[in-house]
Amino acid sequence: MKTFSWLIKREFWEHRGSFFWAPVITACVMLALNLMGIITGEVFLRGHPSVMVDGTHLDMIGHYLTAEQLRQVGAGLDMSMLSVTGVLSTIMAIVVFFYCLGALYDDRRDRSILFWKSLPISDRDTVLSKVISATVLVPVITIVVGILAGLSMLVMVAITATFHGANLWTMLWTAPHPFQMIAHLLAMIPLIFLWALPTIGWLLLCSAAARSKPFLWALAVPVGAGIIVSWFSLMGVFNLSSTWFWQHIVARMLLSVFPGGWMAYDPSIFQHTESPMALYDSLSLGHMYASLVQPEFWVGAIAGIAMITLAIFMRGHRDDS
Amino acid sequence: MSTVIDARDLTKEYKSTLALDAANFQIESGRIVGLIGPNGAGKTTALKAILGLTDFEGELSVLGMDPRHHRDRLMREVCFIADVAVLPRWMRVSEAIDFVEAVHPRFNRARCEHFLARTKLTPSQKVKQMSKGMIVQLHLALVMAIDARLLVLDEPTLGLDILYRKQFYQTLLEDYFDENKTIIVTTHQVEEIEHILTDLMFIRDGQIVLNTNMDDMGERFVELMTSAEHADAARALGPLDERHVFGKCVFLFDGVSREQLEPLGELRRPSVSDLFVATMKGTYE
Repeated sequence: MKTFSWLIKREFWEHRGSFFWAPVITACVMLALNLMGIITGEVFLRGHPSVMVDGTHLDMIGHYLTAEQLRQVGAGLDMSMLSVTGVLSTIMAIVVFFYCLGALYDDRRDRSILFWKSLPISDRDTVLSKVISATVLVPVITIVVGILAGLSMLVMVAITATFHGANLWTMLWTAPHPFQMIAHLLAMIPLIFLWALPTIGWLLLCSAAARSKPFLWALAVPVGAGIIVSWFSLMGVFNLSSTWFWQHIVARMLLSVFPGGWMAYDPSIFQHTESPMALYDSLSLGHMYASLVQPEFWVGAIAGIAMITLAIFMRGHRDDS
Repeated sequence: MSTVIDARDLTKEYKSTLALDAANFQIESGRIVGLIGPNGAGKTTALKAILGLTDFEGELSVLGMDPRHHRDRLMREVCFIADVAVLPRWMRVSEAIDFVEAVHPRFNRARCEHFLARTKLTPSQKVKQMSKGMIVQLHLALVMAIDARLLVLDEPTLGLDILYRKQFYQTLLEDYFDENKTIIVTTHQVEEIEHILTDLMFIRDGQIVLNTNMDDMGERFVELMTSAEHADAARALGPLDERHVFGKCVFLFDGVSREQLEPLGELRRPSVSDLFVATMKGTYE
């Protein structure tokens, strides 16, 4: 266990820039943009009756707050927190994608694998430490940074609201919203982990197996297969369209590192998109976890674990150092 | 004395070539063995098999373990320095020490710091900022702080200047080696390690063609320097090799008694490099 935690630490040392600084810098840029937006709004809309921040009429809050409006304001604040994390998670997906491609390849290329292999660490632990880094460490860092940035954003909004005679402070700290959001985001981690497994497995397998250009292999194999399937309408044999193949094989192998991707596979989530409030409701944790009943989740996770197992085998038997 | 490595019919075939061709050898503990061979003779393949980095056929036992199946356990007792630039470039000196200390049960931090104190390396320095010589100093400090039973060195001083090379072997001999440890080293700079070796193994075309300790080598091989008039008599005794230096003939004999040779001229112990050249004659033809 001690060895394993040091292996994770090792991954963090090596990828400090993409694991830690990328989300921190992105969050800082977003906060700066938000601040600039608020200042611009204040300067140009001075004296205007309604200043809108994150879809909420600030002046309105000060005057009449019905229960429904209160709920809307809360939802708006929640969405603003979610939106920061949303942007960060896109960055995270790109980071994880390229991290996995290089994880078992870069050290073979620069031959530092000979140093790692001269230490009493099994190939299994080495590969698993990379899986955990990609599926737990990076999402945790991203979400923590997202939460801190989201809270900072709420504080900015609340300060602005104060100038307009509205008191959002009590709402921020007494209403369940921000804390509910934090819990919500943290609770997403197991889903992100399960969902990402097929892509992580595929990329690590390419990374462990390719003699050169793992990126090309990772992309060419599923996309090439997809083109062949579409071209010959092979899926007709199983009474499925080739779209099914693109959606459930190709996309799952390459794009599952994007958190929340499962929503695209669950039609029930977007049943009520007619109003923003309905969309907001559909993003609730209950809905997210309801996605777990999809076989998509579990079949993908099993395929991912199989590919990770194969990557461990390749790591031990690939002999090109 | 116990056997550290026991290889029987060790064979490794790459796509078209036979890198190891039923090689047999044993290495006892407390020895410093030079594994010497021309390029492509199978030196690195043999070392990789010993370290569990490659698959092979035949039997191989390293410290009683099969390196194919127990590499991670084996690495608690075995260290290796493969070539110069294998330390990860992003790593800092302090990170390297912290990491090895955490994962290696036989690592002694104080010892490592003691070795590093003699160098110009600083804890925050990254490997990519170091010269080749400094990288080897760091690697050697890490490895010497591990109380291993077997140390494998594959061309450890490749690309280093002579100061670093001398220091490398001197440190190894003075501060590391003892009767419980075994060192296997391959290098092309034979003359530099000649005086530290206790055993010599020549490998050619995947087979061990000579396996001797240095004392026996001195008994078995004799170099005779003689004038032209005795040359025919010397040739009649079947020398391994013949060369001419300043009008003198130099013959290398394998297993010919000194009594027979002494009347013919001056006898010397051959150098490992002369012996190597004579043994490997015709390798690239």
